[in-house]
Amino acid sequence: MFDFSSSFWDWFLRPTTAVEKISVMVVAILLFALIVGAIIVAVDRPKIPNWLVVGGFLGPVVLVIGGGLFYPALRTLWVSFTATRDALGDNGKKIINPSTGQVTKEDYFYGFGNYGKIFSDGALQKVLLNTAMWVILVPLIATAIGLVYAVIIDRSRFEKFAKVLIFTPMAISMVGASIIWGFVYDFKDPSVVDNQIGLANQVLVWLGLNPVDFLRYWPWNTFALIVVMIWIQAGFAMTLLSAAIKGIPDDVIEAAKIDGASGMRLFRSITIPSIRPTLVVVITTIAMTSLKSFDIVRTMSRSNEEMSVVANEFYTQQFTRGQPAIAAALAVLLFIIVIPIIVYNVRQMRISEGMR
Amino acid sequence: MTRRALKASERASDAKTKLSSPWASAVAIILAILWTLPTLGLFITSFRKPADISGPTATGWWTIFTNPSFSLDNYDKVLTGGASSLGSFFLNSFVITIPAVIIPIALALLAAYAFAWIPFKGRNFLFVAIFALQVVPIQVTLIPLQSQYVAWGLAASFWPVWLSHTIFGLPLAIFLLHNFMKEIPREIIEAARVDGAGHVKIFFRVLLPLLVPAIASFGIFQFLWVWNDLLVAIVFAPSANLAPLTARLAELSGTQGANWQLPAAGAFVSMAVPLIVFLALQRYFVRGLLAGGVKG
Repeated sequence: MFDFSSSFWDWFLRPTTAVEKISVMVVAILLFALIVGAIIVAVDRPKIPNWLVVGGFLGPVVLVIGGGLFYPALRTLWVSFTATRDALGDNGKKIINPSTGQVTKEDYFYGFGNYGKIFSDGALQKVLLNTAMWVILVPLIATAIGLVYAVIIDRSRFEKFAKVLIFTPMAISMVGASIIWGFVYDFKDPSVVDNQIGLANQVLVWLGLNPVDFLRYWPWNTFALIVVMIWIQAGFAMTLLSAAIKGIPDDVIEAAKIDGASGMRLFRSITIPSIRPTLVVVITTIAMTSLKSFDIVRTMSRSNEEMSVVANEFYTQQFTRGQPAIAAALAVLLFIIVIPIIVYNVRQMRISEGMR
Repeated sequence: MTRRALKASERASDAKTKLSSPWASAVAIILAILWTLPTLGLFITSFRKPADISGPTATGWWTIFTNPSFSLDNYDKVLTGGASSLGSFFLNSFVITIPAVIIPIALALLAAYAFAWIPFKGRNFLFVAIFALQVVPIQVTLIPLQSQYVAWGLAASFWPVWLSHTIFGLPLAIFLLHNFMKEIPREIIEAARVDGAGHVKIFFRVLLPLLVPAIASFGIFQFLWVWNDLLVAIVFAPSANLAPLTARLAELSGTQGANWQLPAAGAFVSMAVPLIVFLALQRYFVRGLLAGGVKG
């Protein structure tokens, strides 16, 4: 498309030194500032028609989202319905490209074949099962823990301090969290080495039990990874639920108290119903995050494929196995599972828009 | 939720002290410590002598309390130690993150302005569509995007990383900034219009100053998201010349096996920046969360 051999393009595309990297970064920012600035100045004339203003303001975004999100998603959907025929065709003859005369592979329409493979292949079935465990267990447990924390910590004297500490895992990378927990789970074979250096196994030893290789046997290894995600997400649940609980009008609580409700009764009949919308938002958000969880599995599972989930298997199939059609079908599956959540979110948004 | 809940929460925490109970305080402290223990363990480990961490004489990090010995060896090795050094990856993380935060904010401000203040046909539909696209799993788009970048000759440079993070960040950015813009009273904008202010003046003089908290809020989201990202990085920035810290760390933790000293120090080098950003600006972060700025 362009001639990329010049030294300008060399620097623009392949910065190697620190100075080159920083300067190309500055150029990228300036380039976009220039685009945005040019658009604003261009539409800022007295007699300019409305559609041109809208076009100027929304044009870049529609272009970027349409070309970068919408079109690629359709393209992946298409790829998920295709398969690649080997150089040896169905009848065992080599497929020769008539124009070049070379042996070639060709894509053909495969219908739901890739999806069929995913649901019938033993290893991939396990991937689906693991994904289901993630999507069900993480949101439920993390939200439950978050709710308990919100209730307890809101009544404590160290509210801010405790909240920041519990919320902090949200800020660190999942790769960082994986290293932190990989260390907690560290296992030393007691017949070889006396000392455990992983906290989890040391606790077992202190309790007089045998150390366990947490990341080795399915399904316990998947649970071990799920714990990491719960550790990250509980703070998120706590923050949102705490705000929701505090948003319950005082008079509602007063009235219930006058009626003689207290403790668990108050919690069950006033607090929970009042925060139900937030509970749903928290659970669906965490479910979505867990569904797309890739980093934890990638970093912690090493080469143990028994721990894989759909989001991770996508990467493995695409880049390690060279099965783009299976990868595409997995990506589409991810999307299909998310659709009910999108629909729910849009409806929620419509409702709150209406109230505004 | 959102604004109302936040105000209520501020009010409630003012009246807090008289409601607090001693046992809740004790439990809260225990919970907070429990939650921090895994991180603390690795943090202490990162300052221990390599021989204490791996090898036949290794002991758990908790023994440091009875037998204290600290060293900076691991950080020295991780930061300056030749082949396994993280220095250039650290720079890559910055080079990737800064434009990937600024570009979507700039584009989203334009769009949010149009959605909030310029009436046009199909406005609601387009807005809802963009909002819904927020949850598209990025896996769905990665491979076609990659072939597009290859066709444009941009592959294996920083551009695919910047563009991809812009693409994936835009729906949330537009949604958040639009929500905040809508809360600005119509009268302010109309008064400015009556005074003869055009779009530029309204945009820069009136709206931008009011939007600082919203921009900060999305900025932190996007910063943490991009800095902590692994997937986009290993797909679009596969060479050591481009790869950020997370990609390098994931690799380190895979290859170093039982040698915990390098991943331990490396993890804290990579976590330092987002932790500082988060702790300094967590007010805005929480605000963004409560305003519905929730990203999977």
